[in-house]
Amino acid sequence: MNKKRNAILTIISILLLALFLVYANNFLDIYVVRILNVCAIYTILGLSLNLVNGFTGLFSLGHAGFMAVGAYTTALLTMSPAVKKQIFYMAPLIKPLDAITLPFPAALIAGGVLAALAAYIIGAPTLRLKGDYLAIATLGFGEIIRVIFTNTQNITNGALGLKGIPATTNLWWSFGTAAFTLVVLMSLINSSYGRALKAIREDEIAAESMGVSLFFHKNLSFIIGAFFAGIGGGLLGNLLGTIDPKQFNFLFTFNILLIVVLGGMGSFTGTIISAFIITIANEVLRFLDESIDLGFIVFNGKLGLRAVVFSALLMVVVLFYSQGLMGTSEFSWDRLFDKSRWGRIFQRKPLEKGGTDQ
Amino acid sequence: MTLDWLLQHLFNGMTLNMFLQHLLNGISLGSLYALIAIGYTMVYGILRLINFAHGDIFMTATYFAFFGVVTFGMPWYVAFPIVLVMTGLLGMLVEAAAYRPLRDAPKISILISSIGASFLLENLATVIFGGVPRPFPTPEIFTGVVTLGNGLMVQKLIFYIPAVTLVFLVALLYLINKTKTGMAMRAVSKDHETAKVMGINVNRTISLTFGIGSMLAAVGGIMWGMKYPQIAPLMGVIPGLKCFIAAVIGGIGDIKGAVLGGFILGIGEIMLVAFLPNLTGYRDAFAFVLLIVILLCKPTGIVGEKIAEKV
Repeated sequence: MNKKRNAILTIISILLLALFLVYANNFLDIYVVRILNVCAIYTILGLSLNLVNGFTGLFSLGHAGFMAVGAYTTALLTMSPAVKKQIFYMAPLIKPLDAITLPFPAALIAGGVLAALAAYIIGAPTLRLKGDYLAIATLGFGEIIRVIFTNTQNITNGALGLKGIPATTNLWWSFGTAAFTLVVLMSLINSSYGRALKAIREDEIAAESMGVSLFFHKNLSFIIGAFFAGIGGGLLGNLLGTIDPKQFNFLFTFNILLIVVLGGMGSFTGTIISAFIITIANEVLRFLDESIDLGFIVFNGKLGLRAVVFSALLMVVVLFYSQGLMGTSEFSWDRLFDKSRWGRIFQRKPLEKGGTDQ
Repeated sequence: MTLDWLLQHLFNGMTLNMFLQHLLNGISLGSLYALIAIGYTMVYGILRLINFAHGDIFMTATYFAFFGVVTFGMPWYVAFPIVLVMTGLLGMLVEAAAYRPLRDAPKISILISSIGASFLLENLATVIFGGVPRPFPTPEIFTGVVTLGNGLMVQKLIFYIPAVTLVFLVALLYLINKTKTGMAMRAVSKDHETAKVMGINVNRTISLTFGIGSMLAAVGGIMWGMKYPQIAPLMGVIPGLKCFIAAVIGGIGDIKGAVLGGFILGIGEIMLVAFLPNLTGYRDAFAFVLLIVILLCKPTGIVGEKIAEKV
């Protein structure tokens, strides 16, 4: 009975989402559509970081590096030879790349695969490290990728970056990929692999003594996370139209980390909600950085004020709501229709403590 | 075959004088790294935690010095001690706001909180001080060049920096090894609970550790400002990361290790650029590559001892 109801509700909500996308595509202005695209892309990036940080407990700070790999690969494979010739005026693009143009999906997957490959190379040595050592080593690798991209003039065009990337990313691509990411990661988490990952998060030594291979599972999580980060980066590059190495600095990782922490480390639902909240807040709070003349009152914004709000938000979440929006729980129809639960919430009685303190 | 000859023939005509110049540069950069790395290592020793905000405390110190000297027109010998005190207080404030409430929280939360504190300081600095780089007001007494015996001309600062570092290092080692406060710090870094039982005020000791580490960062910041006379809100990020790496290379938690790591990193970086000019663009990656090599070969650093994991 419940199963049937849930299936129907799921189908209805997917249809509603699709209807909304059709509406957005046709009637909303470009600015709003762009924000929606960014929301979906940040969802992908947040989900992939949550797999590594939230579900496996590996505190990785090198996500921006994998996004950069994906973004550059996708961009270079989708740009037309003429555009490439035009922008690579400092040093010509190396041989096979300058003539290749692939269809968008193939280029996206190539970006994801290369990012995963980078993660494999990086993960093999660093995943032996723990806690803050791992954080600083992955952060270091993210920086190294950025430094390499700044210096390889004949592949990435160095500090000049890439311009004139075809704007192939639209709502269907971004939301479709986000949904695909969610389905893949959910099924991973609900499989025996997922349980192994959570076991590693709870207690590495206990997991290992139960026969969970730490090296294999950590690598698995890291590589899958990087694959989707690469795909997210590819979508972002082909949405923005221009990319340069500076874009993929630590600040970018920080934004994604903020999404994961706000949503709850270990909850995909939370990540999706907070990806939308953060991206939209980023636009809504834009006035903080600029001065607005409302006619009767002039609001004096100051450059950087928005960033202050976001960093303060991160601290408030960590200090006072360390579980984030969702903790480690996920959305489900059964939970939504659980009357006794709503009763408890409205009577302000504490819920039983769910999940872990991670 | 002299060293001079070797250098000339192996490294595109580098003369002994040039080599000495690079070496002196490396030593002074290494001293700066060492001063900042000590702050990381002290905090790590006592809390087992990377203080991500340390690089930004270092940045704020340069701004304090700027405002003391330029805005309030204080002479340097008045301004700089005030800067040290204020930076120390800032370090204690950061500890009280971002670390103390999370004393018993999982490590990952504290790490995120410290990243948040770091970004908050950077962004506040951008809003309050402005994002445009400002010139650092180097007092006249610290400027100028000297000519050494063989015609080598170097900045006077290159000698001042290691000298000042040495003075503060001796003072710090005295404080830690010979005073009661230092004994309390060592006790807390070994075991919080036992230290508490012995009547040590753990929170006060941790706060003091942050204060002292931040003061040393301020010393480093002031001299950094004199050496690279431009200050900006994001100037602390890269030195901060590098100095953490220096602390890890030497063996984190150990002050002598931090100094050793600082010198290895400083001299190594300058020499990399001097001997292999093609790799200049990769200068900032050098530290990270070194870090990964060290972590793989000797994860506890050069002087660090191996700690067995308790189950």
